[in-house]
Amino acid sequence: MADQIAKGKAEPGCAKLDPILIADNVVRQFGGLTAVDVAHVEIPRGQITALIGPNGAGKTTFFNLLTGFDKPNSGSWTFNGKKLSGVASYKVARLGMVRTFQLTKALSLLTVMENMRLGYQNQKGENPLAAMFKSIWRKQESVVTETANELLTRFKLDAKKDDFAASLSGGQRKLLEMARALMTKPTMIMLDEPMAGVNPALTQSLLDHIKDLKKEGMTVLFVEHDMHMVRHISDWVIVMAEGKIVAEGPPKEVMKNPAVIDAYLGAHHDSDLGSNSKKGSK
Amino acid sequence: MDQILANALGELITPMTAAYALAAIGLAMHFGFTGLLNFGQAAYMLVGAYAFAMATLAGLGLVPAILISFAASIVLSLILGIPTLRLRSDYLAIVTIAAAEILRFIVSTTGLNDVTGGPQGLSGFAREFYALNPFPAGEYGFWAWSMDEKGLWVRVVAWSLVILAALFVAKMIRSPWGRVIKGIREDEDAVRSLGKNVYSYKMQSLIIGGVLGTLAGIVFVLPRAVQPGNFGTGLTFFIWTILLLGGAATVLGPIIGSMIFWVLLSLTDGLLSAGVDSGIITFIQQDQIGGIRFMLVGLGLMLLVIFRPQGIFGNKKELYFNG
Amino acid sequence: MNQLTVRALARPAKWISAGLMLLSIMFQGGAALAVAPEPTQDITSQYSIQGTIRQGAANPVKGAVISVVGEGFEGSATTNARGKWEISVPTRGTYTVTLDLSTLPEGAKLKPGFENVRMVTIDKVNTVVALFPLESIEDPNVKPTPTTNVLLSRIFAGLNFGILLAMAAIGLSLIYGTTGLSNFAHGEMVTIGALTMFTFNRVMGLDIIVSTLLATLIVTAFGYVQDAALWRPLRKKRIGITQMMIVSIGLSIFVRYFLQLVYGGETKVLSQGATWNIFGVLMPAVNVICAGIAIIALLGFAWFLTRTRIGKATRAVSDNAALAASTGIDVERIIRIVWVVAAALTGLSGVFIGLYFQASWDTGFSILLLLFAAVTLGGLGTAFGAAVGALIVGMFVELSTLVIPPDLKFAGALIVLILVLLFRPQGVLGRKQRIG
Repeated sequence: MADQIAKGKAEPGCAKLDPILIADNVVRQFGGLTAVDVAHVEIPRGQITALIGPNGAGKTTFFNLLTGFDKPNSGSWTFNGKKLSGVASYKVARLGMVRTFQLTKALSLLTVMENMRLGYQNQKGENPLAAMFKSIWRKQESVVTETANELLTRFKLDAKKDDFAASLSGGQRKLLEMARALMTKPTMIMLDEPMAGVNPALTQSLLDHIKDLKKEGMTVLFVEHDMHMVRHISDWVIVMAEGKIVAEGPPKEVMKNPAVIDAYLGAHHDSDLGSNSKKGSK
Repeated sequence: MDQILANALGELITPMTAAYALAAIGLAMHFGFTGLLNFGQAAYMLVGAYAFAMATLAGLGLVPAILISFAASIVLSLILGIPTLRLRSDYLAIVTIAAAEILRFIVSTTGLNDVTGGPQGLSGFAREFYALNPFPAGEYGFWAWSMDEKGLWVRVVAWSLVILAALFVAKMIRSPWGRVIKGIREDEDAVRSLGKNVYSYKMQSLIIGGVLGTLAGIVFVLPRAVQPGNFGTGLTFFIWTILLLGGAATVLGPIIGSMIFWVLLSLTDGLLSAGVDSGIITFIQQDQIGGIRFMLVGLGLMLLVIFRPQGIFGNKKELYFNG
Repeated sequence: MNQLTVRALARPAKWISAGLMLLSIMFQGGAALAVAPEPTQDITSQYSIQGTIRQGAANPVKGAVISVVGEGFEGSATTNARGKWEISVPTRGTYTVTLDLSTLPEGAKLKPGFENVRMVTIDKVNTVVALFPLESIEDPNVKPTPTTNVLLSRIFAGLNFGILLAMAAIGLSLIYGTTGLSNFAHGEMVTIGALTMFTFNRVMGLDIIVSTLLATLIVTAFGYVQDAALWRPLRKKRIGITQMMIVSIGLSIFVRYFLQLVYGGETKVLSQGATWNIFGVLMPAVNVICAGIAIIALLGFAWFLTRTRIGKATRAVSDNAALAASTGIDVERIIRIVWVVAAALTGLSGVFIGLYFQASWDTGFSILLLLFAAVTLGGLGTAFGAAVGALIVGMFVELSTLVIPPDLKFAGALIVLILVLLFRPQGVLGRKQRIG
């Protein structure tokens, strides 16, 4: 499996056969603390890559940097060959690299359907001059709504489509955010702790949704800090600790890596979660 | 008593009530729908009043004067927004209050008397407006709402503008553009993550709400003179109270809010005044009634925000207070 | 601390800085804005003649009668408690304005060269002022301004003012730090300190030290009640800080106009007394003593904050209330203590400010702007930062009069604040956090 993804040996910063994202020397410091210090990393195209590591390893910060929500002290990266370092977050999203947030940002003051509609790209009606004249954007709006309905049905949120997002449960909000991100038709979707706070009963369906994304040709990068949950769906695992990448490889190998086990002192790495997840997410 | 009631109810349709409603609709766009902290709506009104008056007095016609006011308003929005809209929301708050202050200072300084009328202001700029009056001379209306042909004309124009503004804003908010705006109000990062240029949308909202405020300024001064003293923070505070009273994220709210606000104020003034005159109220004098009015507004604002923050027409679910 | 928590903490900043700006306007223009403009609804008459009759800046004349004749119209007006009068006239033209000398107070007289009858013309402008300047009855020795040592005197004035501001600013900052509330009604605690001091010391004739203690006690009680009756229930109700801020705006207006009702609109001068000569600068003895006591109070407070357990707990709550609570600190109790201490400091500040300037219903309100500026400049949520900020603001305000006209001095402080915020948004002592 590894040789289908990596160019050589599976080690931190290894090159990939078909990388969609390549980052170099990304450093982010807060005062005296170095949150992120990644010398080199490549994310494989069309695969599900998990970015794991203990709390404070810098995973979310790294996400923020790559997607333009934070500025690094130094570093550069390209996405599909295009230089993305220093590009504003909204432009990054437009270019196909879309992210979700660790603390869900479901817009509670809007309905579920309105949340979804927001995700659609290149809407004529979003132009202030065109907004006045419904005839300009009416047709596109129905396409938007149809796309939204499909996704909502897929994520089993269609019954709630006219409710305010505030009325959804935590897990449903996670699903909404994922569905909304999919409305943008991303090339690469980056999920920041998609399982966090989710009812264990929903966890499996979330995992299935993520697998479906790969089937559709999307590249998935997701952050988690519980290794067992990712074991079953990820093709590749990148392990961060204290801002650096300490290991890379297919899930089974990474789990056996002593450096990784060290990073997770005290983690329950010997019990399996798999399909009957009784042990909670955190 | 009859007179007090008449005075109060007369406030329902006065041009000033309309002007405040217009300004509040502009502020609704800024704060209610977009979450922009504009603490200087008085500045936009001042720009409208002065640009209109100065242009008219310089010999320009009605329509060019209005267009110049709008242009000035857009320039103001750009000056305020370009440095601040990319930063935290409080920067806009700072800059809007500063703008209102600086502008008021500029137009009241005696050095610019020839241009802006200094502390005494400007008058005589509304002739062309009144020349367009189609209503023949005479008395119109009845009881609390009696007026002459000039008063009728001003009211018709003012309230038509209010209705048009309300319809316009309502349409914009219901559009995809409005959707982005409402998203920005709640969480800018979420909207950015969906590929929208948040800065640009905020600027658009600022401009639109600002133009409405400028229009309000013109309506405000049509029946009276342009005086710098009228554009202080008292004005901004009243507009905010009206907005919160009616419901900041609605278009009906600012309109009804303005009506209720002015009727209540007039009623209170009238009752207090009569009470003092007739000796029923002994612990205050006539010239203290203005102060009592403010006490009541202050108290009213507190109760409003504590017990009904969404105002009269606001939707509690869509509560814009997310601080 | 992740980005989103930082943003949540930074949100209140917008309200504080918004606050100072709101108040900048309210202060500028002084009296005219204190009673907010009430544009008349009169469509038919927009012309008027007006003026002010007073014997010096702090001595308005009430009850003087002015009459106007002209253009077929006759009318008159009586000056109000602020010495102001206004007569609406029906049309443009020339009018004769007469001040009835018999209605002036005993011994009042016009300045040499001025008559009690004038002609005014209303032409392009709608409102014309008719001047009747009276001789001032104020003691010129109250405000000594030596022609030499101007710089030194400004520096002293700046330090003095800054120290007084510091006490109130610390109060504001403590309350903001522990509860997240940007308290727009903070100025009213200063005012109450000043006005009750006036009542005890001038009206009731009590000894100055006793009066100071009583006045401070009253403000302390007011602060305690304010938290107990208003803010604590609102906190329990989990009301947002935005809403709380607007509630405090309403409270500020309510209290201010209530005080105006009770004390009237005039400013009250609290004391004259001996002046001391310090390094060639003449200063009222009272001011020097107050500054001395203020410094002691500030040092005492600093000791409290750094050495006592409660003080440390207060800093912990200021920094992160949730975290502090999880270590067993009783947050509500700390907040109560904070309100009491803040009110005491602010009340004392009010007493001293009343002695330093004068006391009126909007004394506190007029410096609220500067207090917000001080807190923001120094770094939000840090009490020491507020003190430093207050000193800077006080110095700037007084020193700026060397180069700009005195009535612009508060505006100058404002511009500095804006610049600081643009380049160093965390203030002087604040920690650098992601604020974008």
